Amino acid sequence: MSDATIQFPSKTGSEIGESFAVKLVLIAIAVAFLAAVLLLPLVVVFMEGFRKGAENFFAAFSDPDTLSAVRLTLLVAAIAVPFNIVFGLAASWAIAKFNFKGKNLLLTLIDLPFSISPVISGLVFILLFSAHGWFGPWLKANNVEIIFATPGIVLATVFVTFPFVARELIPLMQSQGTTEEEAALTLGASGWYTFFYVTLPNIRWALLYGVLLCNARAMGEFGAVSVVSGHIRGLTNTMPLQIEILYNEYNFTAAFAVASLLAGLALVTLVIKSLLEWRYASELAASRRH
Amino acid sequence: MSVSVTIKNLKKAFSAFPALQGVSLDVAEGELVALLGPSGSGKTTLLRSVAGLEFPDSGSVFFGDTDAAQLTLRERRIGFVFQHYALFRHMTVMDNIAFGLRARPRKTRPSETQIKARVLELLSLVQLDGLEARYPSQLSGGQRQRVALARALAIDPRVLLLDEPFGALDAKVRKDLRRWLRQLHDKTRHTTLFVTHDQEEAFELADRIAILNNGHIEQIGTPAEILRAPATDFVADFIDDIRPKDGGKVTRLRRAG
Repeated sequence: MSDATIQFPSKTGSEIGESFAVKLVLIAIAVAFLAAVLLLPLVVVFMEGFRKGAENFFAAFSDPDTLSAVRLTLLVAAIAVPFNIVFGLAASWAIAKFNFKGKNLLLTLIDLPFSISPVISGLVFILLFSAHGWFGPWLKANNVEIIFATPGIVLATVFVTFPFVARELIPLMQSQGTTEEEAALTLGASGWYTFFYVTLPNIRWALLYGVLLCNARAMGEFGAVSVVSGHIRGLTNTMPLQIEILYNEYNFTAAFAVASLLAGLALVTLVIKSLLEWRYASELAASRRH
Repeated sequence: MSVSVTIKNLKKAFSAFPALQGVSLDVAEGELVALLGPSGSGKTTLLRSVAGLEFPDSGSVFFGDTDAAQLTLRERRIGFVFQHYALFRHMTVMDNIAFGLRARPRKTRPSETQIKARVLELLSLVQLDGLEARYPSQLSGGQRQRVALARALAIDPRVLLLDEPFGALDAKVRKDLRRWLRQLHDKTRHTTLFVTHDQEEAFELADRIAILNNGHIEQIGTPAEILRAPATDFVADFIDDIRPKDGGKVTRLRRAG
């Protein structure tokens, strides 16, 4: 092969490869896709909720069953998220900072909730804890209710949202290595001091991001929760389940009103994240360089 | 307040690979000793074992008369300078250097004013006055290196351990820092062990050199002794580049005073 067969673009500006028109088309496609697939559905949810006026929208929240669904969703998230912060931190710490046998197995296990259908996750808990399940008789004898009660919903949510925090932290902690911790230890710091003053500050942004994602999913989880909840109105219905019930009863305004609230919570989460990123932009950049 | 370091028959293997196969070395109080060898010779493992960051399979390390195995990392009080400095990236230079003092239990912790004064004193010792508010990412390689050294010196270490202290620097900065480190050592007289794979560096800087190969020490001696009489073929070959070919003398930094 002679040198002549290899051609290098030489005109200035053409090195990157696209003309202005190509750029414009690419941007237009991206924007159109986002608008159609992400923005439009969101707008429709709010429009449907408000179609019969703000009065009807807010009336939906005077229904005690709906209110209890909102409360249950917040309660479940408030338990599941801290749980997964602790477990996620512990798992990523173990995987990123230590070498041990079975490390890859642990990594695979962490991804399990991502790879199996939420319905199956729910069914697993039914098999384990329902009246006819493995632990059913023991639970019944000791008067512990898990399935068709709040503990079951919390368990299913913890299971489904487990990977979010760990998945955010593991790659970051692996890339940061252990030398800063070693430096802290040689300087005489205790393990906890090292964790709070060296490790945690280095991962706080990834941790926050993981927590926000985990929280969004915990509030929005449908499949696994649907299986274990039993759909008892006013007792074991979370917001997503309540939305489905209202929708199936042709109570569209109420269904979309609750859906708006759920979408609103997700939007607030996103706004908080963006605000923090904007507020601490310089600090973020500093911790990424170096 | 330095102490001597005695290493007795240290052995350490990583899975199947033996990193140290019975290494013994005496380092006198206030001495500056280089651990020189090609990569994979076990020099860093030896340094980390002295620091307490690796646990040897057998053998022991003594700080003065105390068996280091009985000491926690805090009690060992070693100043360790990592190859890539390992500065705390989210802390200013001030907070980095103050870390070891602030991490002490309340009873022995100096007051915040004392800590600040100590940090400023150390900054001027490493010639970085005025940079206390910077973040590590805003410093050059040579500056980071000196911050790392100041941070290690802040806890008033009994032994100073440096892992390839000049490895990540360019040639010019390297030479200057080398000279500067020798002067600093003459001033502070810390018992110092440093790891290097650079023959010139070891011969210019160290009081004595331990040449490592395949997990054991080939020769220990002053630079002059090693140059005059290499103990093994490996040593002769390894130092071949810096031996004076024309009968001239090797440039060496003389100890001041």
